[in-house]
Amino acid sequence: MLRYILWRIAVMIPTLIMISMLVFTIIELPPGDFFESYVEELRAIGEKADTQEIEDLKARYGFDKPAPLRYFDWVANFVRGDFGYSFEYRMPVADVVGDRVWLTVLVSTVTIIVTWLIAFPIGIYSATHKYSWGDYGLTLVGLIGIAVPNFILALVMMYFANIWFGTSIGHLMEPSFINEPMSWAKLKSILEHLWIPVIIIGTAGTAGMVRRVRANLLDEMHKQYVTTARAKGLHPFRTLMKYPFRMSLNFFISDIGSILPSIISGAEITAVVLSLETTGPMLIRALQNQDMYLAGSFLMFLAILTVIGVLVSDIALAILDPRIRLQGGRTK
Amino acid sequence: MSDRTPSSSTHFVSGAPFDPYLVEADNDRGGSHASQLRLTWWRFRRHKLALISAILLLAAYLAIIVIEFLAPYNVATRNVDNIYAPPQQVHLFHEGAFVGPFVYGRTMTLDMKTLRRNYTDDTADIQKLRFFCRGDGYRFWNMVEGNLHLVCPAEDGEFFLLGTDRLGRDVLSRILYGARISLTIGLLGVMTSFVLGIVIGGLAGYWGGWFDMAVQRVTEVLQSIPSIPLWLAMAAIMPADWSPLVVYLGITFILGLLDWTGLARAVRSKLLALREEDYVLAAQMMGAKSPRIIGRHLVPGFMSHLIASATLTIPGMILGETTLSFLGLGIRPPITSWGVLLTEARTVNVVALYPWLLFPVIPVIVIILAFNFMGDGLRDAADPYN
Repeated sequence: MLRYILWRIAVMIPTLIMISMLVFTIIELPPGDFFESYVEELRAIGEKADTQEIEDLKARYGFDKPAPLRYFDWVANFVRGDFGYSFEYRMPVADVVGDRVWLTVLVSTVTIIVTWLIAFPIGIYSATHKYSWGDYGLTLVGLIGIAVPNFILALVMMYFANIWFGTSIGHLMEPSFINEPMSWAKLKSILEHLWIPVIIIGTAGTAGMVRRVRANLLDEMHKQYVTTARAKGLHPFRTLMKYPFRMSLNFFISDIGSILPSIISGAEITAVVLSLETTGPMLIRALQNQDMYLAGSFLMFLAILTVIGVLVSDIALAILDPRIRLQGGRTK
Repeated sequence: MSDRTPSSSTHFVSGAPFDPYLVEADNDRGGSHASQLRLTWWRFRRHKLALISAILLLAAYLAIIVIEFLAPYNVATRNVDNIYAPPQQVHLFHEGAFVGPFVYGRTMTLDMKTLRRNYTDDTADIQKLRFFCRGDGYRFWNMVEGNLHLVCPAEDGEFFLLGTDRLGRDVLSRILYGARISLTIGLLGVMTSFVLGIVIGGLAGYWGGWFDMAVQRVTEVLQSIPSIPLWLAMAAIMPADWSPLVVYLGITFILGLLDWTGLARAVRSKLLALREEDYVLAAQMMGAKSPRIIGRHLVPGFMSHLIASATLTIPGMILGETTLSFLGLGIRPPITSWGVLLTEARTVNVVALYPWLLFPVIPVIVIILAFNFMGDGLRDAADPYN
């Protein structure tokens, strides 16, 4: 077991190195850099750019150096906890990101938990009532959840919340709390605003989850051990929960790692439409403006969270299922 | 063998001449001799919803060939007198008398307080729809001149079944033209990811070793970064001066390039199991090279699974295109896709004032549902012996 865990941790290192290269490429690829577009912008409104300041900044952040050297600088600083400087906000990245990372983690966690709470009962119902009207109806509703683009759902919900409740549902909290330190009142305000993004982001994920719970349960329910348990006279519900359900949890655990990127992808567009104070809109803006250190740090944080998630799910799987541990790799 | 006479024994023996082909056809009815394709088709046919979806999709793909004929207007025809006009209702009866399909003419008044355009039906003005008629001129597939349409408004009349947008362009026609782009973008993207997935996953699963290790890490990397930043970055490298058509091809390529990981993983795990089979060993003994063994002996064995899973990824690509277009990085306006159309409905005001601009969502939902049902049916049918 220990060997397996050590092996998995060792494998993480090349993965992280490759991720950092990919992230650096993503932020380097678009032609030009932040300063070029900044100078252009100033020229467009008829002001002269302070060339001296820009040259200083360029030299300070090594923009005159070739790309590979800058990559090594960036990684070395990142490891030491210096995430660089956001050119657009003119602040260190760590200060800009601040609250937003935690709000993103909050929205994502709540979304994932709500997804599970809804998806598991429905999935179990669908699997035990296969091809019933309830199964078909729930599948259809779920598929519609997958099929509607998130941003349209967000727009329509915003509209109806306005008509029915008379509230504006944009943002994650009352505007007066933005940039305020955390307090009970702020927390309450956040909780009041949280449910809309959670519903919107959660729809697609819930539907996919229901389908997978159903498929996995159906696979297990025809195995012989279930027949044996039924033949012994075990209550059907107990049979279901004790054996097939536990087996079908395997896929669910192996999903923990990859659920985060997909939740965040879905959340970004929603966050733009609802103007939430999460990382999504800021990340997209930073990518579009080539505010490279800000964008790069965001991407690295997300990727590291995911890699850790995958690690945790692999170890949990290995603990649960000896077949995986002995094979020394994931079977999925 | 053909001239058997009835024997004198007590067993009954048919007097008819013996036809060996008939016997074989009889055996075949049990399915034991049917080809894999035929078995798959038999099973697929039983899945009614999947069959209906397949027919619907076939109809949709056939329709995009002749969009110019089906759409009542051209994609860019501007009707300056009908800006933000709501959908018109088609009537059959006028004051109890049957007239045939017609719409009422409308008059527009501008509310000077709210600056909203109000359209009111003028029940005296009956505009009968024409069928197989001459309307907007177009260049069919940009080659042949034509002006024949399935349905057009009455002479000097108008017919906006789904309303018009901010430039007075007919929403129905634009949805139909958008289908041409939105439906093909998924197909081209899936082809890209299909080729990449089979080649990379196939080599990884068959060779194993360091190549497998590297491929697994790359998949892990690509899967641990949210897809939107990847799309953004790749869309941003496409030069702004590319023509919209090249941008369209570029987008399909990007969607495919980031999607092959799931397919590669499926191919790899299948190959890991299959390469231990005896027939692979036999092929190796005969001196077949790995590309031949993979392409000729291994991949056909689970091609049906691959096709089913590819069908299930097309919806994701169609949605991906709407997302990219929504962010302004996808298809650019002279070319019209459903994503481009939905971009028009990006604010709450539009939803409140001109809800008919949300109509492009309906084909998106229908097509995605159809692909999902068809993919489910294909997946169930892909394994006929199960």
